[in-house]
Amino acid sequence: MKEALQQILEDAKKRLQEAQSLQEAEDVRVKMLGKKGQLTSILKSMGGLSPEERKELGMQANKAKGEIEAMLNRTFEQLKEKAQEAKFKAEKIDVTEPGKEFKLGTKHPVTITIEEISKVFKSMGFTLVEGPEVETVYNNFDALNAGPNHPARDWTDTFYINDDVLLRTQTSPVQVRTLKSQKPPIRVFAPGRCFRCDTPDATHSPMFHQVEGLVVDEGITMADLKGVLDSFAKQMFGEETRTKFRPHHFPFTEPSAEMDVSCFKCGGKGCRVCKGSGWIEILGCGMVHPSVLKVGGIDTEKYTGFAFGMGVERVAMLKHEIDDIRLLYENDMRFIEQFK
Amino acid sequence: MIVSLEWLKDYTDVNVSPETFCDRMIMSGSNLETMEIAGTDITNVVVGRIEKIENHPDADKLVICRLNIGDKEAEGKDEETGLLQIVTGAKNVFEGAYVPVALNNSHIPGPLHGQPKQEGGVDITSGKLRGVTSYGMLCSFGELGFEDKVVPIDQRDGIWILNLDRKNDEELQAKLGMGIVEAMELTDAIIDFEITPNRPDCLSMIGMAREAAATFGTKLAYPETQCKDETDDVNDYISVEVRNDACKRYIARIIKDVVIEDSPWWLQRRLIHAGMRPINNIVDITNFVMLEYGQPMHAFDINTVAGRKIIVDVAKDGEKFVTLDGVERTLDDRMLMINDAERPIGIAGVKGGLDSEITDDTKTVILESANFYSNSVRTTSKRLTLRTEASGRYEKGIDPNLTEAAADRFCYLVELIGAGKVVKGKIDIYPNPEEAKPVHARVSRINKVLGIELTREQMVSYLESLEMKVEGEGDDMYVTAPTVRQDIEIEEDIVEEVARLYGYDELPVTIPKGNNEASQSYSRDIRDAVRDSLCAMGLNEIQTYSFVSPKSIDNVRIAEDSWERAFVEILNPLGEDTSVMRTILTPQMLEVMGRNYSRNLPSMKAFEIGNTFTANFIDPMALPYENYDLSFGFYGAGTDFFELKGVIVELLNKLGIRDLKFVAESEYGIYHPGRCARIVAKHMAQLENGPLLEEVELGIMGEVHPQVAEKFGIGTKAYCAELTFANLIDLADMTKIFKPLPKYPAMTRDIALVVDETTQVGQIEEVIKESADEILRGVKLFDIYRGIPIPPGKKSLAFTLTYRRDDRTLTDEEVVKVHKVVLENLENKLNAVLREM
Repeated sequence: MKEALQQILEDAKKRLQEAQSLQEAEDVRVKMLGKKGQLTSILKSMGGLSPEERKELGMQANKAKGEIEAMLNRTFEQLKEKAQEAKFKAEKIDVTEPGKEFKLGTKHPVTITIEEISKVFKSMGFTLVEGPEVETVYNNFDALNAGPNHPARDWTDTFYINDDVLLRTQTSPVQVRTLKSQKPPIRVFAPGRCFRCDTPDATHSPMFHQVEGLVVDEGITMADLKGVLDSFAKQMFGEETRTKFRPHHFPFTEPSAEMDVSCFKCGGKGCRVCKGSGWIEILGCGMVHPSVLKVGGIDTEKYTGFAFGMGVERVAMLKHEIDDIRLLYENDMRFIEQFK
Repeated sequence: MIVSLEWLKDYTDVNVSPETFCDRMIMSGSNLETMEIAGTDITNVVVGRIEKIENHPDADKLVICRLNIGDKEAEGKDEETGLLQIVTGAKNVFEGAYVPVALNNSHIPGPLHGQPKQEGGVDITSGKLRGVTSYGMLCSFGELGFEDKVVPIDQRDGIWILNLDRKNDEELQAKLGMGIVEAMELTDAIIDFEITPNRPDCLSMIGMAREAAATFGTKLAYPETQCKDETDDVNDYISVEVRNDACKRYIARIIKDVVIEDSPWWLQRRLIHAGMRPINNIVDITNFVMLEYGQPMHAFDINTVAGRKIIVDVAKDGEKFVTLDGVERTLDDRMLMINDAERPIGIAGVKGGLDSEITDDTKTVILESANFYSNSVRTTSKRLTLRTEASGRYEKGIDPNLTEAAADRFCYLVELIGAGKVVKGKIDIYPNPEEAKPVHARVSRINKVLGIELTREQMVSYLESLEMKVEGEGDDMYVTAPTVRQDIEIEEDIVEEVARLYGYDELPVTIPKGNNEASQSYSRDIRDAVRDSLCAMGLNEIQTYSFVSPKSIDNVRIAEDSWERAFVEILNPLGEDTSVMRTILTPQMLEVMGRNYSRNLPSMKAFEIGNTFTANFIDPMALPYENYDLSFGFYGAGTDFFELKGVIVELLNKLGIRDLKFVAESEYGIYHPGRCARIVAKHMAQLENGPLLEEVELGIMGEVHPQVAEKFGIGTKAYCAELTFANLIDLADMTKIFKPLPKYPAMTRDIALVVDETTQVGQIEEVIKESADEILRGVKLFDIYRGIPIPPGKKSLAFTLTYRRDDRTLTDEEVVKVHKVVLENLENKLNAVLREM
């Protein structure tokens, strides 16, 4: 009997080593441990033995069974692993094949630029306000201190609907609307479309966008104007940006200035973008003219304010090195998708 | 304003490099357009005298010149005679002429005569011309870099003759062999400043010198105006009568024994560097003084002035007048004219008449130095569409106190260069002399606005450097600016003067106090959400002009009397293509689709958010109606009506507009009559007497009519839609309220219905929704089938119906009961028969 057990054990070990598939291993299990298996039949035949012999043989048989089961488990594990490996191999993909196409749409570069500018001014507590594209002559000129002989009122410069109505030439009339409808403290900015009689070429468009800004409160100084716009420049064009304020003239501000920023392409050394000067003119600004504040019935002794305005296309074109403004309004999808 | 830095130094002693000059002038308020250094890029070009001219043996059009270049060493100089042989084709050379000689290995800016401008200039070397060696080249003005518009007329074709009038031979003799730049004093910085409309005083050399003096702290010296020798009496020559207020001041002076000739080189050079062409001595002096003072002047030949009388008055309506340029012009009674006793001789402040022009034979000249109201000159110039240097200056505004100094300066210069004899006295008609009014400004206010703390003394010194007089004491300053500074009117103007001389860059940088919450309108929120959602769904945003051609509406087959033709018209458009404000966005979307299609882009999905405009018929002088619209445009593989519909439905879901109805529309010109729908939202309106279910039209969508697509050059099926924003904003509900997730399972029932081809899915959905009670939670179409065994003219539609309760699990019986009603109603109302599945 002992020999038989030993034989079964040897046999099981050999067969399991040779087993190539889970089925073969299962066959071994059935042959050895199944109901009609060799080990099972040995255990069944123990009935004719003496209690000592039975005890002795029983222990050995159980030991052999345990050994075979352990061997079976190991074999099953190994074979499963092997099978999975083979499956993985068969399922291998070419990761260099292209991905499925998902397309995000792209906002128009003018929208993107307005959103960038808006984000900066909102972070400084400016409220976004808007006004109509078709405006009154009064809001666009008279209320902004541009008298009846101001050259910008010429028919060669401004589109008119009738004697009282025009296409706004600037977003500044939104200042007038705000001053008339709101009491200080005022802190607003106004993006929008503007129109001037310019025949389209690489740098001119009869329609363009501006962003206007207006702050009115007690104790607002020209130093505040510099602070806000310097901060805007740094957030918009990079922390290392420097600003320069040059005296200028606008009818609705006094004193007036233009702000240049150090070239964000070359850092001020001079390049193609800044035409070698190291500086880029970005916006016009100034302290709100008292006659404009008076339009809103604001006490000019108590309150002061500043205003600014910038061209959106100019900023977009400089930032993205777009060399022809007409590209913005052709809406070629290949152009727009470059700003994804 | 073009400023010659060398000329400016005549009035104030700014001794800095041109670069420093520009930088500091920019920061004090004179913005720079361009700056270039004249006289650069010329090397090895010297003064020479033509001693002898011989014919070229082999060329009729060339001559051989022998040049005396003094002691200057040069290749090719004849050892015996010391002369240099140069061949030229120029016609204007003569023996004794002084000329610029480009020696062998010299460099000039060019371009060479008759050739295009070459970047970096031209190198000149010796060479043979038809077998004869030329050791260099004689140069023209143009070859030395002068622009054609400043070259004297008689020097344009040919070599620059330095001694055309033979008056300066002696002077030039001493300069033989000297570099041309040094000899003719060509080195100068030519600076073009941008002058803002509030500073017409800076359109003059003295005005710019005043700015420079204030900027650099130098003294300002006014030019000499006192003649040494005056004879006779002006009143014996002429009388003046001013009959109209538009003439603020009229000064006349007389020059007799005039000799019309070229101006001396120093005067010519000043004009040339200021961008003006020298003409003759009298004209040059008027131009010179105009540039100096900013005061336009005019000279008449006294022999052409009938009655020796000048009358300033408006023209007669319809009167004809021939101006200096030979053009006959029709006048009207709003135009101010200069007349003699019989007829007009000049348009005041605009242009002189042909008949009274100065000629080479003129012996006695009337000089007019006058001041006219800017509005009067502007009107005249506009009505005649005639703009001149003088009219431009009058329009911007000139100080009437300048006329006298300018007239005297003219006479001084006439005497100085010997152009004639100055007659004593002047006629000066100036009924209402203008005086400067002091402006009250407070030291405290200036500091408050600028955010600094300057002393009164500092402020006063800035203002005085601009020739302003400051009176008062303590906080109060009464500032009187020179009358040329017509822009100084209020306290803020004084703030600016102080600020710019203190330096904007010196002002501190602070952040305004106070807290503001940033916000924006609900309308803007919705527009932002629409943009974000549509981009996420893969659509690109376009932006097109707010103005269009009225034809754009014809191209989309919109009926004659439609509201879409209620255009807001532009009175002065650039062209028909941009002559009306758009009423809808779709035509421009189609145009963009056509453009992309023609550029071979296989597909496109885009949207635009933009304003549309309709005329205000109630009050045509008021603002028109202005509303935001949203347009869509799709074409190319994979796009169809239902893709666009899917995008629109998902967008409206995002805006909280979920109860939608698409109503077939067959009459709208843009679209295929069988493939177009009006988009309608069902909405519970809260009215005074309770809620009311409303249907609100949001827009229209469809497959573009093939004729429309063809018009726009779209060679494939295209889909468009346009929604009005006003309704979207009214109906949008961006609040999100959490609903508990379902706890109990749902039961689904799939049904396939056989219906007539004409029965719409929307009708079936509506019947299902009406029939079921609240346990019905969803109806979804999942299949449409046509063909065997479905009879022709019919179709099979398969739906999944979902039933669920929130409080417990549904029983079979409940569902069966409701489902039965649904099926019955479908059969009764739509003749929809359940198909065996």
